[in-house]
Amino acid sequence: MMILSGDTPRSRILSAVLLGVFLALAFAPFLFPGSKPLNVAAKICIFALLVASYDLLLGFTGIVSFAHTMFFGIGAYGVALALFNYGPGWSMIALGIIIALPVTALLALAIGLFSLRVQAIFFSMVTLAVASAFAVLASQLSWLTGGEDGRSFQVPPVLRPGNRLFDGEIFGVAFNGRVVSYYLVFIICVLLFLLLLRIVNSPFGRVLQAIRENPFRAEALGYRIVVHRTLANVIAALIAAAAGALNAIWLHYTGPETSLSFSIMLDILVMVVIGGMGTMYGAVIGAALYILAQNYLQALMGSVSNATASAGVPLVPGLFHPDRWLLWLGILFILSVRFFPSGIVGRLRQGATKA
Amino acid sequence: MTAIDSGAALPKQRADFIPAFLPIVLALAVLPFVGSPSTWITLTVAGLSMGMMIFIMASGLTLVFGLMDVLNFGHGAFIAVGAYMAALVLAPLLGWTQADSLWSALAALLPAAIVAMAVSAALSIVFERLLIRPVYGQHLKQILVTMGGLIVAEQLLYALFGPQLIALPLPTALRGSIVFADAAVERYRLLAVVVGLIIFVSLILILTRTKIGLLIRAGVENREMVEVLGYRIKRLFIGVFMAGSALAGLGGVMWALYREQVHASVAQELTVLMFIVIIIGGLGSVTGCFIGAILVALVANYAGFLVPKLALVSDILLMVLVLLWRPRGLFPVTSR
Repeated sequence: MMILSGDTPRSRILSAVLLGVFLALAFAPFLFPGSKPLNVAAKICIFALLVASYDLLLGFTGIVSFAHTMFFGIGAYGVALALFNYGPGWSMIALGIIIALPVTALLALAIGLFSLRVQAIFFSMVTLAVASAFAVLASQLSWLTGGEDGRSFQVPPVLRPGNRLFDGEIFGVAFNGRVVSYYLVFIICVLLFLLLLRIVNSPFGRVLQAIRENPFRAEALGYRIVVHRTLANVIAALIAAAAGALNAIWLHYTGPETSLSFSIMLDILVMVVIGGMGTMYGAVIGAALYILAQNYLQALMGSVSNATASAGVPLVPGLFHPDRWLLWLGILFILSVRFFPSGIVGRLRQGATKA
Repeated sequence: MTAIDSGAALPKQRADFIPAFLPIVLALAVLPFVGSPSTWITLTVAGLSMGMMIFIMASGLTLVFGLMDVLNFGHGAFIAVGAYMAALVLAPLLGWTQADSLWSALAALLPAAIVAMAVSAALSIVFERLLIRPVYGQHLKQILVTMGGLIVAEQLLYALFGPQLIALPLPTALRGSIVFADAAVERYRLLAVVVGLIIFVSLILILTRTKIGLLIRAGVENREMVEVLGYRIKRLFIGVFMAGSALAGLGGVMWALYREQVHASVAQELTVLMFIVIIIGGLGSVTGCFIGAILVALVANYAGFLVPKLALVSDILLMVLVLLWRPRGLFPVTSR
């Protein structure tokens, strides 16, 4: 299993589920035609990558960052602003990425060197502060970022929905620019995910896990904790920025709501905890489950709220109002951290080793 | 070798006054840039009052961290709870708050503050039992669970009180300003400064002059040693946690009156500000928290007047500068 870096799912059920998710995503344009399912599939790809990069920090290095959406946002804004200001073209996408990645790396390096040398809890507080300041900046500097409205922009012609790569259809689906965009997103996400798998299974990744388990001992063995943690932070941030760039290309739009808001940070946290911290595969499972639930369960909440409201039950309609989605998410999050810290992947693996 | 004189007093810890001068130096340094002294007085009083309010909210957070190594990301929830309680209590007392007399205004605010503090303290027991105790000693889970707690508390407040802004008009007697040497100083801000000073002085007196305070300070420096001496530090911790949450509730009341509105989003907004303040002050230090809060608020007010664009990031810049000078904050007390 060279391509998985020797880190197989280690559970038969898990392998089957992962294979199922992979195949479903790989053939999503043909299996689930229509624009909403394709949107869901692309979002799953992007978030699986984003959550996996976060898992490198939370699960493998054992530090909590609240600035991951900031890096996601830098990638998204980099591409968006380049395309918005200089017109659609592949070179503009490249320009956006070339600007966004060094900015990300420098910022992540600065935050890491600055706050990780004292203690890990400092890092959480500093990232929270920096990320919220960044979100305020992005919404205030409206001459550059478009403020709360964000920026809508044109993508290169090949990726536009109107474009047909060739005439005719495959399995009854026209192979248009949307499908091309989807495969661009999908393939880059798969490649970067495999890269992350490679990183966590490298000697560097082992050191990160050693630091997570016992920082004192790792340092006694001669590993510089600050250097390793900072490097992990930079790598995770770079991949988050790449995911952000893909998100911008897919949506043709970047704004604070889609790339910087604190609720995205919370989404990431929930996905990584439900899927399973420190497993990488948990990111895929968590993202797939969560985004499916978000797209189809939230509607269910609305109907519960309406039904109870018309039945005249007090308080319940307020609790189940679709805007209170975060309430249930928060409760689910607390419960999973408390009782289910290894997540779905951890549970499945546990079952596999017992059997 | 000299004989050890057992009767000699312990060597006195050298008092560190440099950080205490920072706000004064800062205030004097910006005076030439602001220009008119009356504007400067207005700005400074505004900064002081904001700083006092932040100090009231953040003092509990820093003590709890110092004592038990618990960083409560959900501390802001108690601020929001306090604010809503103020709205609940003040709504039926409209007659008192509308009256012109200062005493009737204070008579309305006092029950509001007491209810807010009591409810925050009561809820903090639930919070501690459900969220903090189970993950005690595990930093990673602690951060995640208390952050989850903040979100849930905020959403519950929305579900109970509705997602809209609730207006909370300031009592009539506290409106308007006092003109003092050509400088207009808002009355409510003076009140905030007075309340903040009272709380700071009483906290310091409790910490340095009472047995409980002695135990708390000892616990901040070395928890195990206090336990070895036979004190149940867990009980002490719950007490400090309740008191800290009650102060957050009081801060919530004052903040809501200052902004004249109540909304649960203050919880997240102020959490960030409180973190910056206690990082600047040095985690665990009440004096540091006090000076940090005043510094942050002064810088925010001066920057807002002189270079408005800079005000968006001024607190982060201040934190960076302070940490470059003293990497553990102004008054590093904990060894952790």
